[in-house]
Amino acid sequence: MSSPTTTTRPPLAARVAARLDWRSNIIYIAFVVVFVLFAIFLGGDGFLSPNNMLNIVRQTATISIMAVAMTFVIATAEIDLSVGSIAGLASVVTAMTTTQFGLVPGIIAGLAAGAVIGAINGGLVALLKIPSFLVTLGMLGLAAGLAQWITSSAPQPITDRLYVMIFGGGDFGPVPGLLVWTVVAVAVGWVVMNRTGFGRKVLATGGNPTAAAYTGIRTARIKFSVLLISGIAAAVAGMLYAGRLESGRFQWGQGDELTVIAAVILGGTSLFGGRGAIIGTLFGSLFMGLINNGLILAGLDVAQQQVVRGAIIIAAVALSRKK
Amino acid sequence: MSDSSAAPAVRMRQIVKSFGPVEVLKSVEMDIVAGEVHALAGENGAGKSTLMKVLQGVHPITSGVIEVNGEPVDIRNTADAERAGIGMVFQEFSLVPSMTVAQNIFLGRELRGAAGLVDDRAAERAARELFDGLGVTIDPKARVEDLGTAYWQLVEIAKALAKNANVLVMDEPTASLAKHEVENLFILIETLKARGIAIVYISHRMDEIRRVADRITVLRDGRVVLSAAVAELSAADIIEAIIGRRLASDLVYRDRAIAADAPVLLEANGIASDSVLDDVSMTVRAGEIVGLAGLMGSGRTEFARVVAGMDRPTRGTLRIDGEAVRFGSPIEAQDAGVALIPEDRREQGLVLQHSVSDNLTLPVLGRVKSGAFLSMAKLRQLTEQLVTRFAVKVADPYAPVSLLSGGNQQKVVVAKWMNIEPRILVMDEPTAGVDIGTKTEILDIVREFASQGNAVVFISSELPELLAVADRIVVIREGRSARELARTDVESEEQLQLIIQGEAA
Repeated sequence: MSSPTTTTRPPLAARVAARLDWRSNIIYIAFVVVFVLFAIFLGGDGFLSPNNMLNIVRQTATISIMAVAMTFVIATAEIDLSVGSIAGLASVVTAMTTTQFGLVPGIIAGLAAGAVIGAINGGLVALLKIPSFLVTLGMLGLAAGLAQWITSSAPQPITDRLYVMIFGGGDFGPVPGLLVWTVVAVAVGWVVMNRTGFGRKVLATGGNPTAAAYTGIRTARIKFSVLLISGIAAAVAGMLYAGRLESGRFQWGQGDELTVIAAVILGGTSLFGGRGAIIGTLFGSLFMGLINNGLILAGLDVAQQQVVRGAIIIAAVALSRKK
Repeated sequence: MSDSSAAPAVRMRQIVKSFGPVEVLKSVEMDIVAGEVHALAGENGAGKSTLMKVLQGVHPITSGVIEVNGEPVDIRNTADAERAGIGMVFQEFSLVPSMTVAQNIFLGRELRGAAGLVDDRAAERAARELFDGLGVTIDPKARVEDLGTAYWQLVEIAKALAKNANVLVMDEPTASLAKHEVENLFILIETLKARGIAIVYISHRMDEIRRVADRITVLRDGRVVLSAAVAELSAADIIEAIIGRRLASDLVYRDRAIAADAPVLLEANGIASDSVLDDVSMTVRAGEIVGLAGLMGSGRTEFARVVAGMDRPTRGTLRIDGEAVRFGSPIEAQDAGVALIPEDRREQGLVLQHSVSDNLTLPVLGRVKSGAFLSMAKLRQLTEQLVTRFAVKVADPYAPVSLLSGGNQQKVVVAKWMNIEPRILVMDEPTAGVDIGTKTEILDIVREFASQGNAVVFISSELPELLAVADRIVVIREGRSARELARTDVESEEQLQLIIQGEAA
């Protein structure tokens, strides 16, 4: 990034860098660096092919959607560890209901599963003031167990073509459905976070609860709302798993909570609340997908992937940390 | 001021406020006039904060009437107060640090643009207009956390004005400001006055009150003891009203005859630091208690932190027993024999949910081991010994220290640090919030400790206690040691107060 000129003004790169606080934008830098590295070293393995690019988007759609909602949760200085399990539960609930009662009841049932769990999470946090870490840690186990129990651990096939078409299995015209889902989630999330009173209340609640309360913001209600939203978003993610893989399984989404949280933090949202970067979150989850994809193409086995992925996440978070 | 026909912006009449059986405000009267600065003074606990909280709607009044522009209003909560046009500039700032200046000013009342979406640009424009009107330059797009604290205050003022506040309450607004920032604040206050805003100005500083205020109300024990135009009063008049004619108390100085040739244990020379400290010098001889007096924010606590190794000086030298030291950490200071009893016992002095015993023995765990493990028997023995020696009134030394009264908690802190057998003890407001009986006991412990040939630096805002315990007094003003007084040179509390305020030569 050197500048060849000797102009009186500082070089463009320096001026841009001075304006953008690089620490809070580390995700974009990391994304570009990793992308370029993979392009150089894995270009021959098909990394740059349009198909592979679309694959990355497809595979990260569920993570992106959960991460957008998680951005709101973390911006209020709360956490939701149950999203992966909610996705699994919603996938089996929607699959069983669709098979038995049809498409519309199936969609409603799937969303309702997420809404109920999200409402319980939110209610316990907002009304009983139990830390969200504990509530959702309990719910992680509870929802996963429930999903396994009601299906007796068996996969629940989905044969409804329209369901599969809508939820990630098909394309909307020339555009893959999962790409559309991602774009819609990010767009809605960005507008709500940055351009609505609700978004302001979320940021104020996380940034300084006392000031928020003095301003007349009902912080308990905000916490309830974000956990409810997170539950519903996780259910949507679960339904996308079900559609893409044409079945509901209790394993879908397992462990996703860590990827989702990592994506949000990498994207520049503060774990201490008060900050919520939706676009950063999108790049955070794309970054996670990028790494997965690249490491697979590079021929690393699952164990090696985990090690490398863990190291990259720690490095990126360490760099993005404010002094 | 001349317009006597109009009703005052706020008139508080016969305000009574009780917390349970305790009457904190006893029929207080106060008129706050538009375009005037009304100073509110009094000692801690005199009722200033309660009076203002009543006005803010934080506490509802027990009886009395609050009139705004001649109309009686019922203020039961902060929203009522806001509607009545009363704004507060909080001492503990009430902004959201991660949001921009404009977002904070319009928090909860966001300006809307197309489709009902929040319009930040409109907010930024409105904020800029607001700041232009106040004659200050702040970027409305800047995040609050990136601004200095002086700006936070300005943002708070703008926030209150954006809500159409006619009355602003400023609680010690200069406490965290540097000198030139104080000047800017005073200029701003003039602007606000010219706009017809009424300001209640709570302060301990006579020079500020005399500079900025038109009227003053002094509270003592929940009653108004003085209400007059500031121009008619001298600093001594105000101080006398604040202190009152004290009843003879147990707080009497006892001359402990320190030998003039006793060795100097602690010597500070021209200490400066990153914070307010600029140039502080003092010495403490073996057996001596040196009082450190000064206003809040003058640098007393910061000096204590340097001596105790928590902050490093940027200039100046610290000598212990004549040897120059440079502490890198509190542990190094402790090893050199320095202990600090910090200002805030609940935050800095104790682990509240731990037991009395655990708290007492925390600094000396090394001494209660047998082999690699802690010896429960030794722990118990040491605990009992300390509880007896310092007369801590405790039913069960293994119950959480949070159950103790403030005075007893403070005794635990004192015992904890005395137990490491320091030779230099620095105490920062050691009797704040402690009842008078325990206070005398703590002062006795301090005298006893000094008499064994140790050195004490005693920081206190309570002049009677400072005068009772200190053999010598160093006055700190704006980060500099401004005066040094032998105890016998100080004739009265008023005189010392005037010196602290910088009003007397």
